[in-house]
Amino acid sequence: MTQPMIGLVDCNNFYVSCERVFQPRLEGVPVGIMSNNDGCVIARSSELKALGVEMGTPAFHLQQWVSQGRICLLSSNYELYGDMSARVREVLEEFSAGVEPYSIDEMFVRFDGFDDATTLALARILYRNVRQFTGIPVCVGVAPSRTLAKLANRAAKKRPEYGGVCVLAGDDDDTRHLLKQTELGDVWGVGRRLVERLAIQGIETAWDLRCADPKTVRRRFSVTLERTARELQGTPCIEMNDSDEPRQRIMTSRSFGRLTGELSELQAAIRQHAQRGAEKLRAQQSHARAVLVFLKTNRHRQDLAQYSPSIVAELPEPSDDSRPILAAAQQALEAIYRPGYRFMKAGVMLLDLVDANREQLSLLDTPGRAADRERSERLMKTLDELNQKMGRGTVRLGVPRQNAAWHLRCAHRTPRWTTQWGELPSAKA
Amino acid sequence: MRASEIFQAHPTPPAQGLPHPQTAIRAGISGFPSPAEDYVGRTLDLNQRLVKRPSATFFMTVTGDSMEGVGIQDGDTLVVDRSVDAKPGHILVALVDGEVIVKRYELLGKRPYLCSGNDRYAPIPVSDLDCQVWGVVRSVIHEFPV
Repeated sequence: MTQPMIGLVDCNNFYVSCERVFQPRLEGVPVGIMSNNDGCVIARSSELKALGVEMGTPAFHLQQWVSQGRICLLSSNYELYGDMSARVREVLEEFSAGVEPYSIDEMFVRFDGFDDATTLALARILYRNVRQFTGIPVCVGVAPSRTLAKLANRAAKKRPEYGGVCVLAGDDDDTRHLLKQTELGDVWGVGRRLVERLAIQGIETAWDLRCADPKTVRRRFSVTLERTARELQGTPCIEMNDSDEPRQRIMTSRSFGRLTGELSELQAAIRQHAQRGAEKLRAQQSHARAVLVFLKTNRHRQDLAQYSPSIVAELPEPSDDSRPILAAAQQALEAIYRPGYRFMKAGVMLLDLVDANREQLSLLDTPGRAADRERSERLMKTLDELNQKMGRGTVRLGVPRQNAAWHLRCAHRTPRWTTQWGELPSAKA
Repeated sequence: MRASEIFQAHPTPPAQGLPHPQTAIRAGISGFPSPAEDYVGRTLDLNQRLVKRPSATFFMTVTGDSMEGVGIQDGDTLVVDRSVDAKPGHILVALVDGEVIVKRYELLGKRPYLCSGNDRYAPIPVSDLDCQVWGVVRSVIHEFPV
């Protein structure tokens, strides 16, 4: 049988893995990556997780371990991470035309028209090639739907017996076995509150939800959950931008009606995506630390020059304010835009989200900044309310003014090994 | 509002080609295309020549003189391709005891060695080392002071 399959390739501890490619001495060492804007842990190696260090821990809490040499903290090097992410995507694109980045370190890949054995063999090749070509270790999960692919990926990561690659046919014993062992909270798009309501109905595992009658699920809960139930049965019905659970990243992108090389059109699209992303951010009460902007030419038009760049810009501080997000996105676009290419798609991804309510006060906080923040919150609330009442896009922000310099606190940032001639790694002869 | 720092994150900016001299761009009087037309607008791109697989290609700077015998000098830039499987005779970037080194991979007898291109350094038997291949060197860029 050759049902269409979708693969999820997820990079292991991505930021730390990027650092380790160029610093082999970090292998096996507990490593944490710190945000430059507020000095909190935004990524951890497995060894650091094992020490019980949580995401969002402020650097100064860990200072003692650092001075004892027990752990290594590095400032985030988004330029490196952006480049390595683009490389991973390129390796996948050699294999499939259907590659969709879901975040900086996760990509969906279409596996269409192969039998099960071939799918498994190809998934293993992807696993090996990404690791060898880029140095980034990944796990690969493949299944008939995105929700199942997510679960397959999770199994590939957590269970050594899979060797990093898990293919679920969707209707076999393996799938059933895995779904029975999977708690609902670990299913893509099922939030904590929903888990409690489902438990009352006796639906506790992914298998229970799969077996529930989709129409009843829709009536008692929502269309979204009905889709999840169908996805667990192996029927693909969730597109990437669909699900509305609070997420760790927010992506807004769209294909242009026709190919365009006009900077002004790209700017308009990026502006729209950035604002829409910021709205989603506020709706789920998160702040973003960084903004990724990407452009794509049409791969199927080999007669046209191909250029699909992406870039990450870090925000001055974690924020849900449309203005700095828009400013960062526009600057990022200008940095990657080149004339002479006709782009098919543009998008904005908001990265490294942090809960707005739990956010640590930065050491740089002063009463003035707190007042600024409050003003910004009021402004954004008004903006969202107007757009809700009067229709999306009623109030939009103009092109942001160019702004003053911001000094990043990136004292421990590693060199930008792959993107700056002056910072190449050295090899001893 | 403050500017956030912009990070250039893509490895392959659009090719910066060398324009060929545009000699004759019009067709001959007879209406037959001029042979020179083939060359119009064509450019040479060093990326195309040196970077066979962009996703797997990394640049590194050489430090030290142990590889001078094979034409790799201190300060040169290595073009390293991780997608190539290492074979005897290749110049490798390898991780040895946590250090990144460049050596030639050779079989002496039937045993693998990392060899230098300089008589002052003896071949190192791979079996004695904690050794991993990082990538294969495809070319070396040596720039002269001008």
